[in-house]
Amino acid sequence: MAINWKSYNPGKFYDELISSPGYPRKAARILTKYLSSLSHEELKERKASIEHAIKSMGISFTVYSEAGNIDRQWPFDLIPRIIPEKEWIPTNEGLKQRQRALNCFIHDVYNDGKIFKDKVLPIELIKKSKNYRKECKGMKPVHEVWANICGTDLIRDADGKFYVLEDNLRVPSGVSYMLENRTVTKRVFPELFENYDIQPITDYPSQLFDTLAAISPIPKDYPEVVVLTPGIFNSAYFEHSFLAQQMGCELVQGSDLVVEDDHVFMKTIEGLAPVDVIYRRIDDQFLDPEVFYPDSALGVPGLMRAWLKGNVGLANAPGAGVADDKVIYTFVPKMIKYYLDEDAILPNVPSYLCIDKKQCQHVLKNLDKLVVKPANESGGYGMLIGPQSTKKERDEFARKIKANPREFMAQPLIALSTSPVLGENTIEPRHIDLRPFCLQAGSSYVTPGGLTRVAMVKGSYVVNSSQGGGSKDTWIVRE
Amino acid sequence: MLSSVAERVYWLGRYLERAENSARLLKIYSAMLFDLPRGSKLDWSTLIDISGSHERYKEHHTSYDEKAVVNFLLGDSKNRNSIFECLVLARENARTSREIIPSEIWEQVNALYYTVKESINPRLGRANRYTLLEEIMAKSQRIEGLFVSSMSHNEAYSFIELGRKLERADMTSRLVDVGSINLFPAFAEKTEHQIIEPYENIIWINVLRCLGGFQAYRQQVHNRVSGNLVVRFLLQDEEFPRAIGFCLSDLAQNLGKLPRNEDVKRAVGRVKRITHEVDVESLLEKGLLEFIDELQISIADIHDEISRIWFTPVNIQNAG
Repeated sequence: MAINWKSYNPGKFYDELISSPGYPRKAARILTKYLSSLSHEELKERKASIEHAIKSMGISFTVYSEAGNIDRQWPFDLIPRIIPEKEWIPTNEGLKQRQRALNCFIHDVYNDGKIFKDKVLPIELIKKSKNYRKECKGMKPVHEVWANICGTDLIRDADGKFYVLEDNLRVPSGVSYMLENRTVTKRVFPELFENYDIQPITDYPSQLFDTLAAISPIPKDYPEVVVLTPGIFNSAYFEHSFLAQQMGCELVQGSDLVVEDDHVFMKTIEGLAPVDVIYRRIDDQFLDPEVFYPDSALGVPGLMRAWLKGNVGLANAPGAGVADDKVIYTFVPKMIKYYLDEDAILPNVPSYLCIDKKQCQHVLKNLDKLVVKPANESGGYGMLIGPQSTKKERDEFARKIKANPREFMAQPLIALSTSPVLGENTIEPRHIDLRPFCLQAGSSYVTPGGLTRVAMVKGSYVVNSSQGGGSKDTWIVRE
Repeated sequence: MLSSVAERVYWLGRYLERAENSARLLKIYSAMLFDLPRGSKLDWSTLIDISGSHERYKEHHTSYDEKAVVNFLLGDSKNRNSIFECLVLARENARTSREIIPSEIWEQVNALYYTVKESINPRLGRANRYTLLEEIMAKSQRIEGLFVSSMSHNEAYSFIELGRKLERADMTSRLVDVGSINLFPAFAEKTEHQIIEPYENIIWINVLRCLGGFQAYRQQVHNRVSGNLVVRFLLQDEEFPRAIGFCLSDLAQNLGKLPRNEDVKRAVGRVKRITHEVDVESLLEKGLLEFIDELQISIADIHDEISRIWFTPVNIQNAG
């Protein structure tokens, strides 16, 4: 049997494709009609051909715990998510605004500290931040931009409005899957691309290259840009090599680089060759064993010296993570006002800070209703989802929060929007989020759409690929 | 280009070539064994000899029956030279070199890996085995073709070709070895001389077939198949792509495109001298053992020089 949209019911959640059972949203009409026109066999065939495409293109990610079988195929759902262009335009502006303000903030943290002097944000928060790097004090990166590449997680609540859930300013990943999802969809549903006006995303790698080239310490048309990866055991290795390939850059590991006289070189078959810009995909702490973890074999001894002297560009700059803390997050709307004198276009999800006594009381009293997040974890690790938790888990979190209030914040459980996912015989609603990728150096760029991540388990809110999430192609369409 | 990348694509070339050669060898060898009389000294164990993994084999097996040998060479994870293990490594090297090799090559290497992974099983019958080997060969050739026609002939390409041609020269030297020494003593003891003759030819014909060089030999040598002519053809010919002579001039050509190549060129020159100065007739009489040893060591020297000059970071730091 083919898809019957009348039997698809997302309930109280905002659904991306339909407004109520049997009634697709305007932008989704061609898609829903097309999908219903396919027979069960045809759908099965398309699904099989997607699996084949993903396998033959070798789109994979790595899961740490699965020893022996480290390379897993990327879980992908074939029904695209559609966002009308008119909803996207303000979102796009909001994302650029947010990244600009965050970069002003990071620069301020490591230089004048005006925002603290003006008492907009308490300096104690920074002093206790795990991602504050004292080594970066006084540094002025090119364009005064620290987070050149930013992955901002957006969600839609039941009211259909976009909210910012978190800012990823360290080494955000997922953009390669966004690009590959589009490639796969084009292979499998070429018919749809004739009838829709979909914003292309294919120029991301060249936008990324231009952004990286723009932070070269010596301005050149084609500076030597390299992608620094921790290696094939990293979960995002596929992405590192994909981006290097798409940008036409060398993919290097720490052992390929060497610092001499505070300049960075790579080891080539002709000897040492100078490097201008490093797109690093390893965490701060592993970058340079002379400064950070002394036994890190992933980094390059002397790299920080070279960067601080302005001899090499590093993206994102070390220390940029200071603004990617979930407690700092709650102050972003204030930063936008303070640095840009503008009102935030994109709202935050309402949040409670455990460092504030009153708010902390509220959190502790309502643990069964709230989502508690550690300030500095990513990938969905170390969270408490109150409504789905046990008493034992809640007691444990209460203890942790009391012991270390700076490390936690809480948010109400947002009724994440849903989008249909194709199962064995049916379509079913699954919760999703959206991670657009934002670039800033001299100018700004935001991917039209981004990576839509899907919680593949029914009712689940956890969309991270490391926790069994999947993804969808995301279309920004002109109606 | 990065030293580490050069090393990876060099091994990519070697492993792909090794997998294809092994498939070729298994296919032709199976066919040839059915032509030989029972009691021939040439049996399944010879295949293990050629692949150079006797020690490994003896650790896990006591007899040399067809099934055990074929499985060992085709898909055994304990044999790092098995076709499947070569493809695992080739795929890994391709996967980690995706930023420099065209994506359709990666897709084809990946597809070849899955073809073998999904077809090998210990109960694979002769007919299916034949089909699988044919498929491995065809897909390997497609990949080689893609390298030639879709990849820029840049430094990375030269390293892939170095790996490929070195592996090929090595394989051909092993086959020359098989074609000669293993057989003669066994037959001399057991059978009349006139019976040896037809079989002697069968073996050399099959060695040529294994290398896809039977026709080329016929066209270039214009003579009936005989041991010394085949050996000379395989060692010295510069037109047939699987002859050592051809591989050496191809190596020299690719070396010419790489920096700091003097020492490696010299190593290639030494192999060329060995293959050209040899007196094939007297060699066949006293046995090839020593000569093949010398040849293989000198081929291995080329690898050592390549590795020393371009892959070893210490060397590079000195140079910088």
